[in-house]
Amino acid sequence: MNESLSQIFIATLLTNNFVLAMFLGLCPFLGVSGRLGTALPMGIATTFVMLVASLCAYGLNLLLSAFHLDFLRLISYIVVIASSVQLVEMVMKKYSPALFRALGIYLPLITTNCAVLGVALFQTARDYNFSQSLAFSLGGGAGFTLALVLMASLRERLQLANVPTLVQGTALSLILAGLLSLTFMGFAGLGGGE
Amino acid sequence: MSANKPVDESITFDTFMEGVWRQNPVFVMVLGMCPTLAVTVSAVNAVSMGLATLFVLVSSCFLVSLIRNLVPKEVRIATYIVIIATFVTLVDYIIQAVSLSLYEALGAFIQLIVVNCIILGRAEAHASKNPPLKAVVNALGMGIGFTIGLLALGATREILGAGKLFGFSLFGEHFQPWVVMVLPPGGFFVLGGWLLLFSFMRSRSEKGVAHE
Repeated sequence: MNESLSQIFIATLLTNNFVLAMFLGLCPFLGVSGRLGTALPMGIATTFVMLVASLCAYGLNLLLSAFHLDFLRLISYIVVIASSVQLVEMVMKKYSPALFRALGIYLPLITTNCAVLGVALFQTARDYNFSQSLAFSLGGGAGFTLALVLMASLRERLQLANVPTLVQGTALSLILAGLLSLTFMGFAGLGGGE
Repeated sequence: MSANKPVDESITFDTFMEGVWRQNPVFVMVLGMCPTLAVTVSAVNAVSMGLATLFVLVSSCFLVSLIRNLVPKEVRIATYIVIIATFVTLVDYIIQAVSLSLYEALGAFIQLIVVNCIILGRAEAHASKNPPLKAVVNALGMGIGFTIGLLALGATREILGAGKLFGFSLFGEHFQPWVVMVLPPGGFFVLGGWLLLFSFMRSRSEKGVAHE
């Protein structure tokens, strides 16, 4: 409850990184991280959806608790997320059609990105207030983008390496993600939150 | 029922086995990774998560299949998601009522079943095109395949990381646990290892066919 904003931001960005420590948003993490050019916009789009979803979830949660309709929380969250993804999709289609095509199926799939719903659910579970929710969703989005960009850079390098055919594909990505996750464990205790 | 059925309506053994083996959601399709890696720190958690997903999968596929001809194409995804979310809310409350300790161990990941790609994928790819009984059989196979995958991961991680299986100590007290296996990186490594094993077996069997 009493965590400061910077603590929340650093914790979600590094020590409790959404992808590498909490296993949220793995589908786009493994799917889109092939090229740096698509990883960054994907991260930014997801961050935006997270921000919108988090703000809406905060308001919705107040409303639902006021009327004792807690059991509707999950359903209303998912509807809010789906609508904000639709919004991002429309904006992107209008202003950057090339990017829209490059992201392809992964854009509507932001709806089923665990990280977005995860932000909304975790901030409710931890009773964050308005500014804490804001810091939490920004940190989560930045952490997701960071993990995606790091992974994409590594995989671009890896394409030049001579890897045994047996290991190629998902197995290699997973082992790479494991190593990245080990590295991020080194941030534990940063920000004084632990 | 529409006149031009694109798919075969007969239910074969393969309808069931597709999810268990040939198209196993964890090891072959690599779908629904978030709960797969997050909750498999112990075999008990893994099995409970698998069963919860199985229940949601079967019931939502059944409902989706029943209303498949009533839902307009444009809003089908939204409809499926609301159906799934309803069943997940149900499971969430049931687990909370049955075992509070399990509920706390799984945490927000029960509610995150909503965004499990396997369920939406099955609803869209199979249940929306097939009659209820066939959809249920297929969903049952997928759910069991998912549970088996989770159990394999959970058991491996629990044995390596804690020296236990289903909470029973396996190696006596001098066992030095490989702690990293129950931490986040271990999840990636163990799943990577299993995938490696499967691709090794596949290449072995392909070579065997080539030599004959």
